[in-house]
Amino acid sequence: MLTALLVMTGIALVLGAALGYAAIRFKVEGDPLVEKIDAILPQTQCGQCGYPGCKPYAEAIAKGEAEINQCPPGGEEGIRKLADLLGREFKPLSEEHGVEKPKSVAVIDENTCIGCTLCIQACPVDAIVGAAKQMHTVVEPLCTGCELCVAPCPVDCITMEVVADTVQTWKWKYPVVEIREVS
Amino acid sequence: MIHSPYIRKPASVQRVMGLVLLALVPGITAYALKVSAGILVNLALASLTAVAAEALMLALRKRPIAIAVTDLSAIVTAWLVALCFPPIVPWWLTMLAVLVAIIVAKHLYGGLGQNPFNPAMVAYCSMIVAYPALMSQWPAAGSLSFDTQLGLILGGARDLDGMTGATALDALRTGLRSGASSVEAVLQGSAFGFFGGRGWEWVSLGYLGGGLLLLATRIITWHMPAAFIAALSLISGTFWLFDPTRFASPLFHLASGGAMLAAFFIVTDPVSGATTPRGKLIFAAGIALIAWLIRSFGAYPEGIAFGVLLMNICVPLIDKKTQPRVFGHRRRDEGGWR
Amino acid sequence: MIGRLFKFHGGIKPDAHKHESASVAIERAPLPSRLVVPLRQSTRASARCIVEVGQKVLKGQRIGEPEGMLGTAVHAPTSGTVIDFGRYTMAHASGLETRCVVIEPDGEERWVEHAAFDAERAGRDASLAWLRDCGLVGLGGATFPSHVKLGKGSGVDTLILNGAECEPWITCDDRLMRERADGILAGARILFRLIGARELVIGIEDNKPEAIAAMRAAAQRVDDPVRIQPVPSLYPAGGEKQLIRVLTGIEIPYGKLSADYAVQCFNVGTAYAVYRAIAHGEPVLSRIVTLTGNVARPGNWEVLIGTPIDELLPLAQPKADTNRYLMGGPMMGFALPRLDVPIVKGSNCIIASSPTLLPPPPPEQPCIRCGECARACPAELQPFELYWHSRARNFGKAQEYKLFDCIECGCCAYVCPSHIPLVDYFRFAKSEIWARERDNTAADQARERFEFRNYRQEREKEEKAAKLAAKAAETRAKLATDTTAVKAEASTATAEDPKKALIAAALARAQAQKASTEVRNTEDLSAETKADIAEIEARRKALNLTAAPPPALAPKAGDPRPDEAPAVEAEGSPQS
Repeated sequence: MLTALLVMTGIALVLGAALGYAAIRFKVEGDPLVEKIDAILPQTQCGQCGYPGCKPYAEAIAKGEAEINQCPPGGEEGIRKLADLLGREFKPLSEEHGVEKPKSVAVIDENTCIGCTLCIQACPVDAIVGAAKQMHTVVEPLCTGCELCVAPCPVDCITMEVVADTVQTWKWKYPVVEIREVS
Repeated sequence: MIHSPYIRKPASVQRVMGLVLLALVPGITAYALKVSAGILVNLALASLTAVAAEALMLALRKRPIAIAVTDLSAIVTAWLVALCFPPIVPWWLTMLAVLVAIIVAKHLYGGLGQNPFNPAMVAYCSMIVAYPALMSQWPAAGSLSFDTQLGLILGGARDLDGMTGATALDALRTGLRSGASSVEAVLQGSAFGFFGGRGWEWVSLGYLGGGLLLLATRIITWHMPAAFIAALSLISGTFWLFDPTRFASPLFHLASGGAMLAAFFIVTDPVSGATTPRGKLIFAAGIALIAWLIRSFGAYPEGIAFGVLLMNICVPLIDKKTQPRVFGHRRRDEGGWR
Repeated sequence: MIGRLFKFHGGIKPDAHKHESASVAIERAPLPSRLVVPLRQSTRASARCIVEVGQKVLKGQRIGEPEGMLGTAVHAPTSGTVIDFGRYTMAHASGLETRCVVIEPDGEERWVEHAAFDAERAGRDASLAWLRDCGLVGLGGATFPSHVKLGKGSGVDTLILNGAECEPWITCDDRLMRERADGILAGARILFRLIGARELVIGIEDNKPEAIAAMRAAAQRVDDPVRIQPVPSLYPAGGEKQLIRVLTGIEIPYGKLSADYAVQCFNVGTAYAVYRAIAHGEPVLSRIVTLTGNVARPGNWEVLIGTPIDELLPLAQPKADTNRYLMGGPMMGFALPRLDVPIVKGSNCIIASSPTLLPPPPPEQPCIRCGECARACPAELQPFELYWHSRARNFGKAQEYKLFDCIECGCCAYVCPSHIPLVDYFRFAKSEIWARERDNTAADQARERFEFRNYRQEREKEEKAAKLAAKAAETRAKLATDTTAVKAEASTATAEDPKKALIAAALARAQAQKASTEVRNTEDLSAETKADIAEIEARRKALNLTAAPPPALAPKAGDPRPDEAPAVEAEGSPQS
């Protein structure tokens, strides 16, 4: 009886030590969680999640302060990816943070623009060029469609326009699996 | 919107399965004439059960029924189950086996194309474990009248002593276990014919003929039958040359039990088998090896079914490790296949 | 090396259906009522419109300037009036619109002045530029700019002309080889010299004996050694990679150019167009189009680029039960989204289809992993594995199985007993992967720019704080000097020095920053753009002199350097 106990204890100790050693020796040096979350976020920097940018939102998610369903530009797919990464349950997009919209860019009506630079200061990615009392314009490829420039404009000359498909960006649709009865 | 290609070869799953059934006909004919006509009853019973089970499962899974039932895949499974079983098993055993094959092994895994295990072999293995006695009562070739067989299948007394003989593989095993002097001595017994089990050798030839038809119509490739037959011959031949008193010859192994049926119809099941050319060779050879091991040293007279299931488990690994070279790439130089 | 042929894996042998149109000689299609000439002749590059609505144009007059690396010029296919410049549906599976110049022909076919080009004397670079300005692209269907392809050609040993034409129904190259063999060979010899090849091989599928004979006869008439090589008829033997494999045994992997393997391949139609461009100075204005399928009069027509297809169809007299039209062959072509789309440089064939001729595919059944697709795949892929992963949107796995090596030839879908539209899945997966890559690049860029902006704001805040602190210290010091002016002259010097140093340092930093951004801002620009900028600056200066001078641009509180900071920062590259 005593021998059995000793043997079992011995095995437990040896295995425990081995496991403990392995945990240290073979520790996986993963990317920090924030970076991984940030990589999934769309980098629109729109602040619709309630944080001043994607990185702060990623930090909040990592700390457990924010839900994963607060990012409208990331949409359902983004939420699914976050849910996968964090092992959390999928949730539909939280309505108070907005709705998923097609990708748009800001367009400045050049006839109305008075050159106040307010939009330039609002743009999180410096995608608007112009100088005081000079007409401003949006550098389209850089615009993330965050809409942050729309509200500050005193003359309402900024509109959001949906980006149309071009031959280069057009995508083949998922093949429709047609289930038909044989007649 | 339909996209290219706009033309298609007149091929269909139905045609593939139909040809497999057609290729089984020579073997079945030999079976019915030389061994036992009861197989025909079993085949019919199994087919009906399979179609009914298939339709039921499709209805439960809310899938279109007509197209999936008419693809004939359930009937192929049913025939393989019936052909693996003794021809005089009671009706309920055949039905139970087919239900296991169609419902458990096929539809619970997601239906046609999704099953990781060969459904017929799942049925065979579960039945031989559950009903070992019934599953090892084989009639001596041509010994029973059709009426007797019908009586046995449809119920009634199963007073089988004197009625059943052992199959060739069974006889060899029991013969060797009970102290027979050599394989040769055992092979003189009544269960044996020219080169395999008496009567069974013709069935094996029938399967071989059907298998060649499948090869000719490009339903199967040469890889699996060739690897299976070669591996079985090689391993049994090596041991036979080493000690012919204790090990049977390659010819005996090939012509007995389900070797030929397996080589062309069971191992070659595309859904649960390996798919790459090299993978197919490994897969079939692995089955042959396991089958021979079980035949020679195991507790069961026939080991192909277990071999198939064991190798089914290895398929994803085999496929992954044997990916063929892609056009323009050097073999496994990129992409991280190790 | 003579006559040794290689094999490629897989391939299929569909019904060729060549006899319908192969025996009909090429005819010139009548002038349509209007020509819709897309400025985008391929998915890769577009041209810049240089004509105005209402302008008269001559046949061969340039209407689109090449833009970018892959651009080629676009020309008026006939003389007439430009009546519109707008968006029209293009000949593409997407049915998207593209900018087109619409020309109403005047029926006179008056040519713009043109003359032969002396390629020998002009040299290689000038010749390539000439081909670009003649709008030369691959006429086999891919419309890849020929001058770009030729530009890579250094150390090319073998020039291959692709006359395989392996897709069913299409006969335009067949007819071209039969009727204009000399022109093709002349073009081939020009290409041969341009890339400095040592060997010229023309691969033709052996189901075109007349074309082979015609090309052989033409080859006898030239001095250069030309090998006319029949290749076995096996789809897709006319795929560039497959033909190169068959003729030379060389395999070109995905992402590599054939020139890297000392081989270069052009379609026979392209060679003929090169001949017209060099020897006659004619840009690509027309091409041979096969009209076939469910029609009463199949044939081959020389069609002006921009001819709307609905004006072309009456020539072939489609039968009543025709339900759709395909552009290209039945294996890789696409159903036309509308019938008013124009013929473009890559349109080799229009097939009228009826439910009996090209029936809709039977319903898709589950994959049984039979491996038929893998046996047919000329790229030696495992299409069922790719299908598995593409269907599950497991794109990473699909790429591991070399999705991008797929040439979308359609062999796998052709043989599939389960009637799975395999190629649709692959096209879907490919475009999804591309879209994701685009999104990722955009996200990375946005992240970088956002971080840089935050850094800039932080820095500006610090600089302002430093400036304020310096000012405060200065005032304090001034006060101190005022009160102790007399007794502590020596100590002020030491007290003021650090402040001054601080301000000077901040100024130097700001100036350095300004200088570096300015330099960085313009150094990547072309001379043209630089000139533009200089012009704008000059204009601005003039304006400033007459209108409000810079000091009048009242700086708002809290906005540091309002007149230059945002503009400069926004344009400056985000690495600092």
